[in-house]
Amino acid sequence: METESTNTKLVVIGGSAGSLQVILEMLKKLNIEIEFPILLVLHRKAHSTNILPLLLQQFSAMEVIEIEDKTEIENNKLYIVPADYHLLFESKKLMSLDSSEKMNYSRPSIDVTFKSAAEIFGKNLVGVLLSGANADGVEGLAYIKKNGGKVWIQDPATAEVDYMPQHAVDRVEYDQIITPGNLADFINKL
Amino acid sequence: MLEPSIVKDEEIEYLIKDVYEMYGYDFSEYSRASFKRRVNRICLIDRFTSFAELRYTILNDPEYLKRFVEEITVNVTEMFRDPQFFRILRDKILPQLGTYPLIRVWVAGCSTGEEAYSMAILLKEANLYHKSLIYGTDLNPSVLETARAGVFPLQQMKLYSENYMLSGGKKDFSDYYTANYDSVRFDKSLQEKLILSTHNLVSDSSFNSFQLIICRNVLIYFDRGLQERVFRLFDNSLENLGFLALGAKETLRFSNLDKNYHQVEDQKIWKKLDHN
Repeated sequence: METESTNTKLVVIGGSAGSLQVILEMLKKLNIEIEFPILLVLHRKAHSTNILPLLLQQFSAMEVIEIEDKTEIENNKLYIVPADYHLLFESKKLMSLDSSEKMNYSRPSIDVTFKSAAEIFGKNLVGVLLSGANADGVEGLAYIKKNGGKVWIQDPATAEVDYMPQHAVDRVEYDQIITPGNLADFINKL
Repeated sequence: MLEPSIVKDEEIEYLIKDVYEMYGYDFSEYSRASFKRRVNRICLIDRFTSFAELRYTILNDPEYLKRFVEEITVNVTEMFRDPQFFRILRDKILPQLGTYPLIRVWVAGCSTGEEAYSMAILLKEANLYHKSLIYGTDLNPSVLETARAGVFPLQQMKLYSENYMLSGGKKDFSDYYTANYDSVRFDKSLQEKLILSTHNLVSDSSFNSFQLIICRNVLIYFDRGLQERVFRLFDNSLENLGFLALGAKETLRFSNLDKNYHQVEDQKIWKKLDHN
């Protein structure tokens, strides 16, 4: 059997209320040469405009791409799931969108993408859950752990809304507690 | 609750083969990630604890197959979804269609009909409805029954009414329906020009020619190869200078047909060029 590399192939970050500041903080300090893609699954309003990708691009040295159906994923790019769609992985290279029922009152649902990414990337995945006001993402984190990936959770004490990270800390076996100040450092070291 | 992973990847392939051989529904070129979620979801809601149980039921119960097809396909839709899209149809596209003596619109994969009804309202307000025909098709007979009834949940009307106004609607949206306890019935006149019929984009061919084809959030469930075949079906069904409208995150860009079409501003609407 071939030896499987444990190199990181994807970092997927889920967040809801209060997570945007953490992400902007992270973008400022991110190593511009990271060798994997970063995917953001953020709860957004259904008809939200394209302001978010533009905003993120202002803070990011990496190219920011809002995902369309069957987008091919490339290293060293920042991807964001569009409002009103779930995001699934077809393979390590190909993503598709799905407009089925909301999950945890959310579309995109963090759980849905965490689970799909865990199945495809296994131990090459890092899942990060940030500030938020519902429990979307908690089950997905557990699934990432079960599939051998790494689980990072924002320190609830540093979260604007601690419900989501607190639930995760209580229920999921995590690898790392991160803060808005050190998230980028941990990613840079992967 | 996250759906469990009851069915394995290779079992999905057996299932697709069985359903095709027994019933002729071909899901082999559906995007696997979504399809697998749907199969696991149906195991959860219909309480199958193993793949064998699901497979046995499908193979031995043709009645259950209907339910399977209904649940495996995504039937989430709303009226005036992406209001900006409907505003462009209203302001930019319908005036161009207005010059035709008969306007034929195909809503492909119409599910329970919300977009077909939205289209009827747009055509009415543009004073074009009297010379229009709207064809709504879906592979799934049961969702077409819902579309035919024209009865929708009352709780959706707040959202639909907001969407309608954002799309440039000037009337009182509630003028288009009669409310009951928890549902509303849309005005019969909105069905006069509506033709609902089963049609499978995977296996059925072109059945008419149209000036506008609307197919939104259907192609996301297909792989690239099938998407390309469906684009060709649409191309064969679209008159020169006709319009093809896709979902907010779908594109014609990767298709070989892209060169024969001109994108309308930055919208997900493409105009077929006159190239004869």
